Amino acid sequence: MIQSAETVTPSRRRSARRSRIIEWLIEKTILATATVAIISILLIFVFIGRQALPVLSSESVRQTANLREFFTPNGTTPQGEPGYIWQPVSEKPKYSFIPLMIGTLKATIVAMLVAVPLALLAALYTTEYAPRRLREYIKPLIELLAATPSVVLGFFALVVMASWMQQAFGFEMRLNAIVAGCALGLAIIPVIYTVAEDTLTSVPRTLREASLALGATRAQTLLRVILPAALPGVFAGIVLGFGRAIGETMIVLMAAGNAAIVSWSLSDSIRTMSATIAAELAEVVYGSPHYHTLFAIGALLFIITFVINSIGAWIIGRLNARMRGTVQ
Amino acid sequence: MTPARSFTRNASRFRYYPGDISLAIATGVAVLAILTMLAVLLIEIAWGSRGALSWEFLTTEPSKGGLAGGIWPAIYGTVLLVLVMTIAALPVGVATAIYLHEYARPDTWLQRLIRSAVINLAGVPSIVFGLFGVGFFIETVGRSIDSVAYGGALFYGKPAIIWASLTLALLTLPVVIVATEEALKAIPVEHREGSLALGATKWQTIARVVLPQAMPGILTGAILAISRGAGEVAPILFTGAAYYLPFLPAHPTDQFMHLGYHVFVLATQSPDVNAALPNLYATALVLLALTFILNISAIVIRARYRGRLRG
Repeated sequence: MIQSAETVTPSRRRSARRSRIIEWLIEKTILATATVAIISILLIFVFIGRQALPVLSSESVRQTANLREFFTPNGTTPQGEPGYIWQPVSEKPKYSFIPLMIGTLKATIVAMLVAVPLALLAALYTTEYAPRRLREYIKPLIELLAATPSVVLGFFALVVMASWMQQAFGFEMRLNAIVAGCALGLAIIPVIYTVAEDTLTSVPRTLREASLALGATRAQTLLRVILPAALPGVFAGIVLGFGRAIGETMIVLMAAGNAAIVSWSLSDSIRTMSATIAAELAEVVYGSPHYHTLFAIGALLFIITFVINSIGAWIIGRLNARMRGTVQ
Repeated sequence: MTPARSFTRNASRFRYYPGDISLAIATGVAVLAILTMLAVLLIEIAWGSRGALSWEFLTTEPSKGGLAGGIWPAIYGTVLLVLVMTIAALPVGVATAIYLHEYARPDTWLQRLIRSAVINLAGVPSIVFGLFGVGFFIETVGRSIDSVAYGGALFYGKPAIIWASLTLALLTLPVVIVATEEALKAIPVEHREGSLALGATKWQTIARVVLPQAMPGILTGAILAISRGAGEVAPILFTGAAYYLPFLPAHPTDQFMHLGYHVFVLATQSPDVNAALPNLYATALVLLALTFILNISAIVIRARYRGRLRG
């Protein structure tokens, strides 16, 4: 930056050179620090993978924990049919991922059924109907919901919601996929809401004005012009919420009952992948097949959420580019 | 809430009016439902902790396995945990944002790589961070320190507050980066150009013109990161949290008590949950109050800051 040093005294020239060196050092330090995010992601990938790999590579681990064990029938149900069983602490441990994946899926589906309609409608209200003053209050309040620690939501679901819902619906099992899913839904409402609200706000005003000028009503404009324009963003919000729900741990650990049952009934207790890691890692023997199996579940979770989040981010990136292109 | 306003005289009112009204009502009801659930959560937890919450509760140690006594060590542990976390995450996060917004030319491969790393880091499930803390910090870094400096004795190769803090620092890094970058974006480019035109170097411009203006935004990011870090339990389950400790953590290798972990254990592993309920509610309320106060202050700072930028 300093280029006028040639006309001045040698000492000024030296200080100019020194300041250039300092500038260079600072820039490189900042650059190096900025790579921490990349390095972290790589380290997470490598170190989860390294502890998960023995289920593929180590002879002794593979005797009890291997891909066939994880994904194909590994035991018999009480009815005598081949079934999927997660029973890591027993004489002959059984490590089927299927009940855990079904549990995760069930909790996530309930959460999405609760969160998607509520979050989208709320985002529409905030951008389209709410008076400006009210809008300034709604957004921070929903941010507060986002700030609620998941352990508090889990506690609320475990102690309060579970009892209420059992009284209302007469569930056989007090803790089940519906209770945990509803609490999980509360946790992901802000995720979906925030992304959807952002996109709806960024739809160019010209689109809305053109539609209204052509005689469309507000509802028609909303449903047929604004929502389609914002659809990729809305979809991205849903995808990101889905990713968050799959990985969420404390709520399902506390409120889902933690029984690894293969069933499609939403009123049965469930055990999710994340809750299994959380519940079992503390007591597992370091280096045992069980230990590596838990890391394999973690690796699977990491890959699933990585893919889902990449899809969501990709959609948002493309959408932003398109919105910038539309507004001249 | 006046959907009829945009109607032209020619449009058939009867045909469109019901759609307008019902959409407005449906969306309004959704907002109301969400806010009601938030209110019920707050009221229920506040109501449940009446009687248990007192000055003594906040300042004494737990006794009888958490059924009696207070939660002072858990408050202390939580604060210390997020303090160390912030010291680690803030400089890295701010530097990353500065690189992304001030130094990197837009759309280079490195910049895009860092951005997608930040996005993906934000999406990694918290329990996976916990696994990473065990596999990397404790088993790898900690064990290496022990074998080099302590001849293999176990000091760093076990759950400790330093590892829990660093794990949380990674988890909250994206929060700091995003908030800082937002703050940098809001500063007019003319301020930078003015400073450079007067002969200041790039770094002088950043340090004396850009960063002071971005300070409220960075502060907001730091507060949001602290709030997020204080509420996360899954990453610290195996990296350092303890249910009961007779002493306060004083050394990086000490374990610590934590408000969220206290709630979790008391709610799920207590032999008599009903007897534990008052203390349980009160602990949840303290944790909730801590995160809400932090978030509200972040919202207020941001609102003021935006008002100032608009002039």
